[in-house]
Amino acid sequence: MKKRYLVIALVALSFLSLFVGVTRISPMDLLDFTSEETQIFLISRVPRLIAIILAGAGMSIAGLIMQSLSRNKFVSPTTAGTLDATRLGILISMLLFTNATYVQKLSFAFIFALAGTFLFMQILNRIKFKDAIFVPLVGLMFGNILASITTFFAYKSNIIQNITVWLQGDFSLILKGRYELLYISVPVLIVAYLFANRFTVAGMGEDFAKNLGLSYKKVLNLGLVLVALITTTVVLTVGMIPFLGLIIPNIVSIFKGDHLEKTLPHTALLGVVFLLICDILGRILIFPYEIPISMTVGVIGSAIFLFLLFRGKAYA
Amino acid sequence: MRNRTKMLILIVLALVSTALYLFQGLNGSYDYALPRRGIKVLAMALTGVAIAYSTVIFQTITHNRILTPSVMGLDSLYMLLQTFIYYFFGSMSILVINKNYNFFISVIAMIVFALVLYRLLFNSGKRPIYFLLLVGIILGTFMGSITTFLQVLIDPNEFTSLQNKMFASFNNVNGDLVWLAMIIIVLSVLYGWRTIRELDVLSLGRDNAINLGVDYDKIVKRMLVLSAILIATSTALVGPITFFGLIVANLSYQFFNTYKHSVLITGASVMSLVALIGGQWIVERIFTFDTTLSVIINFLGGIYFIYLLLKESRTTS
Repeated sequence: MKKRYLVIALVALSFLSLFVGVTRISPMDLLDFTSEETQIFLISRVPRLIAIILAGAGMSIAGLIMQSLSRNKFVSPTTAGTLDATRLGILISMLLFTNATYVQKLSFAFIFALAGTFLFMQILNRIKFKDAIFVPLVGLMFGNILASITTFFAYKSNIIQNITVWLQGDFSLILKGRYELLYISVPVLIVAYLFANRFTVAGMGEDFAKNLGLSYKKVLNLGLVLVALITTTVVLTVGMIPFLGLIIPNIVSIFKGDHLEKTLPHTALLGVVFLLICDILGRILIFPYEIPISMTVGVIGSAIFLFLLFRGKAYA
Repeated sequence: MRNRTKMLILIVLALVSTALYLFQGLNGSYDYALPRRGIKVLAMALTGVAIAYSTVIFQTITHNRILTPSVMGLDSLYMLLQTFIYYFFGSMSILVINKNYNFFISVIAMIVFALVLYRLLFNSGKRPIYFLLLVGIILGTFMGSITTFLQVLIDPNEFTSLQNKMFASFNNVNGDLVWLAMIIIVLSVLYGWRTIRELDVLSLGRDNAINLGVDYDKIVKRMLVLSAILIATSTALVGPITFFGLIVANLSYQFFNTYKHSVLITGASVMSLVALIGGQWIVERIFTFDTTLSVIINFLGGIYFIYLLLKESRTTS
């Protein structure tokens, strides 16, 4: 898996993504700056592409950081309750403030995502028996429970279907002015890259990391904050995208090993390519309608995850 | 306090809540209200016993106290099936209105799903039981994403009607189905009761159990199928209550300090009677149907679960 090929795939798919859709847009239309096609292109297609790139890179990196810190290949925002915690946070911010502003939703969701992920890491620390498969099981149960708390409040205020709607991952609602929050993940990704070596060392275990002179707690907390930030922005703008943070880092680590500084660019690229493929598929399959991204990624992702599981313990 | 006394107290509590539920505020309408309440009590008793029994044996097999059989994708399958029916046939279709059809389809689908899953995994070589669970949960997520997709598309009026299926409810249980479910559940429990002593041995772990002459793999398979049948029946009867088994099983371990499954299972069953019938009484008469019991149970069960996880050393035993 060469970086070069991934970049080529990324460019080709991006180009395809820009020109696939209900309104036919040909590159020639863009020469006319005032035409309807150009407007659609700038308001809908370009933001959508940017959102896919940022979300894909962000979620895969979030998964990679979590897997490195928890030293378990099956941990990700989906299997550690981060997504469900974020959802609970958004719900509570909406219940507390009748007209929750973006900042309020963001801060609440962020606090909950951080707290949820932190709680999960604490639980992991306390469990003595760390089986590679047992850990995600605990995480999934933990996520289920957060979801049931969300349901409890949602049922009381009769907004269950609403929650289902606005948390389903969907890129078709991405328009200019509705996705800019995702730019937060750009500095986050840069920080992640700068600290990649430290995450790798932290992934060798607390004692070893301390021996090497790393302030383990600080790196751990930094990692969790980064993960929570990425997850929150993605969930708020796009919705839930299951499994992305789980599969991509696993596939990359099969080919590239676990040195974060080397695998980080690959993970980000592959995440974007995978998400682009899923999105384009979702747009083509029932044209002119769309299958939301959470469904395509959920279906393809669970198939790949099962395949990884059945392949055995070679790298788990 | 000895276990016998504890059990007696629980039984008395269960009887009191049943009596309260049956007779409080009856106002002399014996012919009308009493049979209806009786059916509901019976439904609650059946669900309670089925869930308690299957959770305890499931936790013994998996050597783990924080898992329930319904997380294995059975609940998600049920939801997918119901959503599918509502989406493609509508809330007025025969599959929704005729509760018998719905019950049979749900039970059969869930049992077939469990059997296929077990068969696939047991045939594909020696794998730890956690592997089975993880595959079950992943399939659950898989079905969940399809369910979400359909639920978003569904008409809001239909969704309100579907929402009743999403939460366990004892309020409109069909009389005929209760009897049918009773036959299935009683037969399964009787069948399982024969191996109850083997379960005590099983909790010592695989190697020890085999050493002591128990056919470990055979019993594990049998018990897994049994718990799947019980959960499928109770879910099809009233709807999913994911975390209920977790609460009663763990309370039973704490309350009765023993490893005898005959005591643990009976205790958990009686506790679930108290919780369901007493809880339903409170929801109906004190909160006057402000919320559904299963939502409260899942909420409390969830908090209890986090407490269990955080309580060191007891998490995995």
